[in-house]
Amino acid sequence: MTELVVNSCGPMTSLQDHGRFGYQRFGVSPSGAMDRRALAMANALVGNPPELAAIEFMHLGGSLTASGGKLQLALAGAECALTVGGRLIPPRTSFDLNDGETLEISAAKAGTFAYLAVGGGFSISPQLGSLSFHLRSKMGGLDGELLRAGDRLPCLAASPAGSLRQLAAPPTDDEGPIRVIMGPQDDYFTPEAIRTFLTCSFTVSMQADRMGFQLSGPRIEHAKGFNIVSDGIVEGHIQVPGSGQLIVLMRDRQTAGGYPKIATVVSADLDRLAQIRPGGTLQFRAVDQAEAVTAARTRKDWIASLPQWLTPVHPELTTERLLGANLISGAIDAMHPLVDQSASSGIAD
Amino acid sequence: MQEPRILPCGDTALSIEFGSSIDADLNDKVLALDASLRASPPVGLRETVPTYRSLLVHFDPTLVDYDVLTRALLDAAKHLHPEASTGRRWKVPVFYGGSYGMDLEEVSERHGLSPEAVISLHCEPIYRIYMIGFMPGFAYLGGLDARLATPRRTQPRAHIPSGSIIIGGAQAAVSSIECPSGWHILGRTPVRSYAPEREPAFLFAAGDEIVFDPKDPALWKEMEQAALAGEPVAELVAP
Repeated sequence: MTELVVNSCGPMTSLQDHGRFGYQRFGVSPSGAMDRRALAMANALVGNPPELAAIEFMHLGGSLTASGGKLQLALAGAECALTVGGRLIPPRTSFDLNDGETLEISAAKAGTFAYLAVGGGFSISPQLGSLSFHLRSKMGGLDGELLRAGDRLPCLAASPAGSLRQLAAPPTDDEGPIRVIMGPQDDYFTPEAIRTFLTCSFTVSMQADRMGFQLSGPRIEHAKGFNIVSDGIVEGHIQVPGSGQLIVLMRDRQTAGGYPKIATVVSADLDRLAQIRPGGTLQFRAVDQAEAVTAARTRKDWIASLPQWLTPVHPELTTERLLGANLISGAIDAMHPLVDQSASSGIAD
Repeated sequence: MQEPRILPCGDTALSIEFGSSIDADLNDKVLALDASLRASPPVGLRETVPTYRSLLVHFDPTLVDYDVLTRALLDAAKHLHPEASTGRRWKVPVFYGGSYGMDLEEVSERHGLSPEAVISLHCEPIYRIYMIGFMPGFAYLGGLDARLATPRRTQPRAHIPSGSIIIGGAQAAVSSIECPSGWHILGRTPVRSYAPEREPAFLFAAGDEIVFDPKDPALWKEMEQAALAGEPVAELVAP
């Protein structure tokens, strides 16, 4: 059995897949990758389906060693520097980790959550249909725990490992304010509060984790108190407790809660919201159902299209050799480092 | 009947709200609509989550139009046959006071009652599970005797033991796994409402009824072992 051995990792490193659905009626939070687009990208690079479990790193990286065989890996999401035996791995490229070799992942230089996918996925039993780890209920993950030094993750190494690939990320509509649909309890707020919510800037505070992002900014005033009978919670709900400060509920949210929710982030914008680091600012823009659904479709198509944006890469073409060969005059575009013209012609339109 | 309100919860969910209070009749309607949607799910439905007075409906917006789904839900809500319960009543053993219920004394003093009187007021009613939430298997109950209503602790505890029998405000609950809580702990049950390795993993469902059965501390060990071995320990009794 080929294993991925954790030598070291940040304190909030865990296994995450698409999420655990169907059990919210029993109080089970769906969890799942904070940035599902990044999860899909890491998986696409190693030939996995988009929702397969990967290792989620939060802020910090780690060090991992292949044991018992060769693994094909890829990292996507937050920008981290990757090295294998001192050799730099170009971004958005799959790479082999031979038996005994060690991968070093740096802390994130931009963004928060990075995903390390393994070709073939992990050979770990899911809990209630998912490997996603949920901290507060200790559900999923490796034996119901966060990952830590000494853990050995059994892998279903794809055999024979497919060819290495790189991914030219297709364009996204990530610019502009975070889109929200007003409600379900926007009637609990003054018109002034709604105006403040939709026009002011908010800052992601240090209290930002998988359960929720607390934002700091102007106080949002309640019009009729903040005690409601607990009702259902969805990811993206923006609740306003007595402090008047916003909390965006994220993947590890509770299934029910008791504060009024002024608005809900549209499903298409949760991935990019998750990558805003503490200190980063954001604004909200209200949209209608039609615009949100168009965005949801665009995101779904984007994920489905990822395999078309892959191009083969030759394993011997290390960054050093590429730079030395001076294949391209001037700067190398990090987003499209090595496009094979014959392979890319089919995706030019 | 007043038409329920539809509240948007982003583009992938909506809440259908029958009222604004904690009320058995409202909860009956929530559970009846839940049952009806589970029996014949509309296209695009992902899952439903019954709560006190509303049903949260998760759906795939790329498969079903919001207005079409809304109309289908309001239509289904017009043809409900609410039942008072699911027909399941659980007898749940409880070990009151002492190390099992560290707040029993304090709650008794606050209400000017003896601990025995609090126990008997607490285990007298037939409770109804209004919803499961907060933690896997955590059961929110209705039916607490108004004489036991107790404001929440000013300082919530970071951890309360699994199976804690707790009250907070006018509400009562059976906790499942260890969790933070500002409620008062009257006792503890060895019953594991959520046990990942057991089939079924979840014992209780919204709409079930619960009666509490006080037990002698001498029985704890035996019952706890049975629960850890995967037995329900809670008994289904005739309503």
